[in-house]
Amino acid sequence: MRVRTLEIDGQMMTGAPGESIFNVAWNNGIHIPRMCHLGGLTDVGACRLCLVEVEGQSRLLPSCMTPVREGMVVRTNTPALQKHRKLIVELLLAERNHVCAVCVANGACELQDLATSLGVDHVRVRYRHPQCEVDLSHPRFGLDHNRCILCSRCVRVCDEVEGAHNWDIGHRGTNARVISDFGTAWGDSESCTSCGKCVQVCPTGALFSKGASVGEMRKDRSFLKYIVTAREKHQWIR
Amino acid sequence: MSTRITIQPVTRIEGHAKVTLHVDEDGAINGAQFHVIEFRGFEKIALGRPFTEMPGLMARICGICPISHIIASSKAGDMLLGVRTPRAAVLQRRLLTDAQILQSHALSFFHLSSPDLLLGFDAPPSKRNLFGVAETDVEFARAGIRLRQLGQRIIEGVTGKRVHPNWGIPGGVLGAVPGELRDEVLARLPESYAAMDDALGRAKRWADQYAPEIEGMGNFPSLHAGLVGADGAPDYYDGKLRLVDGDGNVVAPGLDPRRYFEYLEERAEPWSYMKFPFYKPLGYPNGMYRVGPLSRLNVATCMGTERADREFVELRQRGGGAVNASFHYHLARLVEMVGALERMERLFADPELLSADVRSRAMLNEEEGIGSCEAPRGVLFHHYKVDGNGLVTSANLLIATAQNNLAINRTVEQAARRFVKPDALQEGMLNRVEAAIRCYDPCLSCSTHALGQMPLVLELVGPDGTVRDRLQRE
Ligand code: SF4
Ligand code: FES
Repeated sequence: MRVRTLEIDGQMMTGAPGESIFNVAWNNGIHIPRMCHLGGLTDVGACRLCLVEVEGQSRLLPSCMTPVREGMVVRTNTPALQKHRKLIVELLLAERNHVCAVCVANGACELQDLATSLGVDHVRVRYRHPQCEVDLSHPRFGLDHNRCILCSRCVRVCDEVEGAHNWDIGHRGTNARVISDFGTAWGDSESCTSCGKCVQVCPTGALFSKGASVGEMRKDRSFLKYIVTAREKHQWIR
Repeated sequence: MSTRITIQPVTRIEGHAKVTLHVDEDGAINGAQFHVIEFRGFEKIALGRPFTEMPGLMARICGICPISHIIASSKAGDMLLGVRTPRAAVLQRRLLTDAQILQSHALSFFHLSSPDLLLGFDAPPSKRNLFGVAETDVEFARAGIRLRQLGQRIIEGVTGKRVHPNWGIPGGVLGAVPGELRDEVLARLPESYAAMDDALGRAKRWADQYAPEIEGMGNFPSLHAGLVGADGAPDYYDGKLRLVDGDGNVVAPGLDPRRYFEYLEERAEPWSYMKFPFYKPLGYPNGMYRVGPLSRLNVATCMGTERADREFVELRQRGGGAVNASFHYHLARLVEMVGALERMERLFADPELLSADVRSRAMLNEEEGIGSCEAPRGVLFHHYKVDGNGLVTSANLLIATAQNNLAINRTVEQAARRFVKPDALQEGMLNRVEAAIRCYDPCLSCSTHALGQMPLVLELVGPDGTVRDRLQRE
C-alpha cells in the first residue's frame, strides 16, 4: 500500500489511500472544526463545517468526505473559511431554538463550544423560532427538537454500532426532523433497545437523559472508541 | 381645567412602571394608578418544556431573587416526583433563602432607599443615589455594599454562580456545600452584626424623624399575609400561610400554601400588565392584602432568634395590632436581615449542612406540583401541571410584587393626595410618590415576569383625559 503525501497548512503529511483529509489533519494535530463527523461512524458530510480549500479546486470541499490525493495542497483555516464557518454556526443557531441559558447541555455542548471558538457573539440572520416539540415518552431519555441540528450522529450510531436503526431523518427542508421508528413516539418504538448510545453521541442537548436539569447533562463518548476497537482489532481495551 | 400627572419611568425600582395622577376640576388629586407597562410571560415559555428544567428556567425571571424562584420551582418539582427531599438539601435551600434575603434587602435599603432617608426627599435628584450616600457617609455606604456582598458570596459559594445558578432541581439540589465557605462566612459575622446594629439605629431615628412620610406613604389598615412556622416565627422556606387584619387579629391561622387557589384569586385590569390578587373570602377589592417584610413581621409572633426578636418587639410597638405604615417596610427589612444572619449562623453550625446526600431521585409520580416560599418581597407560589411524560401543560406563578399591587395603588393615591400639589409641581413631591412605591421594593421583572431596571413616568391627567404635565426620569 502506497501512502499519499500531501501538504496541509504548509506542513507535509502522509495518509493512507482513501483516508479523509479531515483524519490526516487531525492525526497531525490540525483540528478542523466539525459537527456531523464523529470518529467510529461513517461520514455523511451533513454540516459543512469541515470545509477546506484545495489548490486547483474552485469549490470548497468537505474534508471529512474528501480522500487524500498525492500532491494535494490543502488550507484549513483561511479568513474566508473562518467567515463561512461562522455563518454556518449562526444559521444553525437561528434555525431552531437554541437557548443555552436554560438548556440541559449548557456548558457541555459542541455547538456552544464551536460558537465560542469561532467568536460568534451574535447572530446576523433572523431567528426562525419554529414550533418544535419535546418527546419525553421514552422512560429514560428525552428528545428536544428545539436543540437538534440534524447532524444525524444518532441515526448512524443506532444503525451502525447498535444495529437497531431506530432513528431516521424524516420530512424535508426546514421541516426535517429526527424520527423514531418511522415517526412514532420514542416510547412506543419497537426497534429502540434503550441502549442510550444516541444520547451520548448527540452534540447538543437534543438527546438527553430524562430528569437532567439545566446544565446537568454530560456526555461520555468513550464507549464508541471501545466498541470500534473491539470490532476492528478484536481488542477489548479501554 | 383638570389634569393628569404621570410619573414615568419610576426610578430605583426593578422594572418599568408609570404612575397616573387624576386631578379634578378644583385642581385636587382625585385618583391614582400604578401601571406596569412591560410584559414577558414566563407562564407561556414554560409550556411544553420538561418539568425538570423549571428551576433553571424560572431562575431567569429575576436577577435579584433567582433563588426564590428556584426554590419554589424545585419544591413544585419535589411534589411532582412525590419524594422526600433529603434534609441536607432542605438545609441548603434554607441557607440560600436567608442569603438572598440578606443581599436583596441590602440592595433595597442601602442602595435604593437610603438616599431618600439619609439625604432627604427634597435633595437634588443627582445626589439621591448610592454615590450621593457615599459622599455623605462613606462608612454607611460601604457597610451596605459589604452586607449585600456577603449574601451574594454565600450564594456563589454554594452554587458556583452569583446570579443564575444551576443548583436547584426537583428532589433536592445539585451538590454539597464546600467546607471552606463555613469558615469564611462565620469570620464575617461579627462585622455584619455590627453593621446591622448601626443601620438599625439610623433607621429607627429616621422612623421617628419622617412622621409626615410615615403617615402619608401607604398608612392604612389591610390584611397582611406571610408564611409562619409552628413556633410562630416567619418560616421562609416551608411555613403555613397566616393572614391577619389591620388590627392584628388572626383571619386565617395557617392555610396550606399548596391550596392557595382555594383562597387567593387574581383579577386583571386593562391598564396594567400586573394582575391584582386578593383574598377570596373578602372579595375584590376588599380582599387586598400586603406581603413582604412588614407583613411577615405582622403575622409572626416572634422571629425565633435572639437579636432579631429584640428588634421584632420594638418594631411591633410602632403599630397597634399590626404595623400598617408601609414606610416601616424599611425597618422590617433590617430586622429580617438580622434574623437571616442569625439563622445562617445556626445552619452553618449543623454538620449535616455539608452532607453530600442532597438529592432524591424518582420518576414522575404526580401530575400537579405546587411550591411556595417567602421571597424577599413576599410569599411566592409556583404551580405546574404536567402531562403523563412530564411536559408542562400549565404554569401559574403568583408573585410577591403582584400581591402587593392593590396596596401599591392605594399607597400611590394616598401619597399623591398628601404630597402632590398639581398647580405647583415640584420634584420632591413626585419623589415622595416614588419613594412610597419603593417601600414595597417592587420587582416588576418578577411580577410581570418581565425584564429590566425600573424607570418610572408620572402623568398628571385632567377629567377630560388630557395630559397636563409629565415627568420622566431615566
Ligand atoms: S438528535 Fe442530536 S445526534 Fe440526532 S441529529 Fe439531532 S443533534 Fe444530531
Ligand atoms: S464534519 Fe464534515 S461535513 Fe460535517
